[in-house]
Amino acid sequence: MDWQAFEVSIKLALLTSASLLPLGLGLAYLLANSRFVGREVLEAAITLPLVLPPTVLGYFLLVGLDSSSFFGGLFVSLTGHTLAFSFTGLWFASIIYSLPFAVQPMLRSMEAIEPEIREAAWCSGLSKWKTFFKIELPLAWPGIVTAMVLSFSHTLGEFGVVLMIGGNIAGETRTLSIAIYDSVLAFESAQAQSMSLILLAIAFVSITVVFLFNRSRSRVVSF
Amino acid sequence: MLKVRLQQSHPIALDVELHCERGEILALVGPSGAGKSTVLRCIAGLHKAKHGQIRCAEQLWFDDKSKLDFTPQQRRIGMVFQHYALFPHLTVHDNIRLALTEQKDSKRKIDDLLEQVHLTGLEQRYPNQLSGGQQQRVAIARALAREPEVLLLDEPFSAVDKVTRRKLYLELNTLRRSLEMPIILVTHDLDEAAMLADSLCVIHNGKTLQQGPPDQVLHRPRNIEIARQVDVRNLLTAELIDVDGQLKLKWHDYVLTVDNTAQLTAGQRVHWTVSPAKVLLHQRVRPSRGEHENPVTGVIQELITLKGITTVLLRIENTNNEIIQMDVPEHVAMRNELTIGDKITASILSDAIHIMPD
Repeated sequence: MDWQAFEVSIKLALLTSASLLPLGLGLAYLLANSRFVGREVLEAAITLPLVLPPTVLGYFLLVGLDSSSFFGGLFVSLTGHTLAFSFTGLWFASIIYSLPFAVQPMLRSMEAIEPEIREAAWCSGLSKWKTFFKIELPLAWPGIVTAMVLSFSHTLGEFGVVLMIGGNIAGETRTLSIAIYDSVLAFESAQAQSMSLILLAIAFVSITVVFLFNRSRSRVVSF
Repeated sequence: MLKVRLQQSHPIALDVELHCERGEILALVGPSGAGKSTVLRCIAGLHKAKHGQIRCAEQLWFDDKSKLDFTPQQRRIGMVFQHYALFPHLTVHDNIRLALTEQKDSKRKIDDLLEQVHLTGLEQRYPNQLSGGQQQRVAIARALAREPEVLLLDEPFSAVDKVTRRKLYLELNTLRRSLEMPIILVTHDLDEAAMLADSLCVIHNGKTLQQGPPDQVLHRPRNIEIARQVDVRNLLTAELIDVDGQLKLKWHDYVLTVDNTAQLTAGQRVHWTVSPAKVLLHQRVRPSRGEHENPVTGVIQELITLKGITTVLLRIENTNNEIIQMDVPEHVAMRNELTIGDKITASILSDAIHIMPD
């Protein structure tokens, strides 16, 4: 069992889902509440990682994060570190890779809120911020929890993008799924099996939690 | 007092002028899609009209000339939405608490509001645990929690069953006596409007056509368009003639005496109407005075009885089969043994004839 890889995976999954909370919420709110030119293009771009082969996404991210590119170069000049083959680069790539898993459930739950509810809040004197925190956020909560659990589990299990962008550096970019791949190649099937079981258990428990949470909510709140 | 003047051509055409005094219920009536809810949304600040002015008490809420447009939060309004729009994740107590202007002493204020709408004891319920009528009461309590300067009710009775609706009518009627702000009620139900409102404003295709007391708007509409909108039951055409210096209505072979002929001239084609309640049956059992007033003879075509009132559809003789509707109390219809096919006479009261120029 590669505990170092386990630690990298958990750290990456936690950081990614934590970063996706404000980012996903912001994007979902924008998409749910405003009509602007290019809205469909933005939604398509956010959803793209869902359908793109991870290796293709990984390739473009690798090119984009390379120190010779604008973004990669800017990061090097600011921090002195390169993004490619680093944990930070992996974190950044995971945010993009898991973005649709965060935005979609949040967006769907925000779109499910009747516009009248929002207007009733304004007519009750609540400012737009107060309406967001007191009304929209609690009503969208099941979608937000789903988004967080999905992006956590999805990041935990990502393989192609990690391999393309992070390589296989122990303690830095070697995640649990890479370690499983390594174990299989090295015919260490017992190790591969225990790590696979851990990922399976985490995924199963997270999804069950989402279902349980949504069911208990729907008993009280129904639209 | 609330004064509203709005004009725009897009996205929905509006040409609106209305006013509502303190403590008065103004019913905004018109068919679906007439723009009633849009007007209400403009007053609430949820929709911005291109041109116009909205003034509440001495405060200007909207004025396109000075580019003034208060947000819904800045306008002190209480709004009851058609489907109530209660916050589903909050209890009755918290729904109301959120709308309170001041959180100080909130417990007592919420208790008072709940008592006012007869909901004491349901504070901890969630909206989905309430009946339609209870939800409406919470929506009213929440609207009042803001101590509004205007109360806006958007078809508040459309989402409840008929029995509950009748109960809620009575409750609103009682509640309004303790309210001092102008109240605007949007409805497509003319009976509801006539029952609850002090004043009616007819709106059609985004244009306000007439505002006045219900009796005036319903029985003395300003023109034929309004008459059609308020579903006037006896809408007929005739010609004005001069008989010995007095203007009379020549309706086929009948010459009807009319009390009010101001601003009308002989020879004019006009539309005329009379309330079915103002067509008097000449009783067979007990002839009464006034039978010489505009008598007409006809054959009963149909009899419909609803809630103690019998509507008689009378096909009038010598009028190309024109029909006049007449409302009589059910017991009168029974005592006179009115049956379909009977030939009867009736008087059209001259002071009830309302004439509209063509």
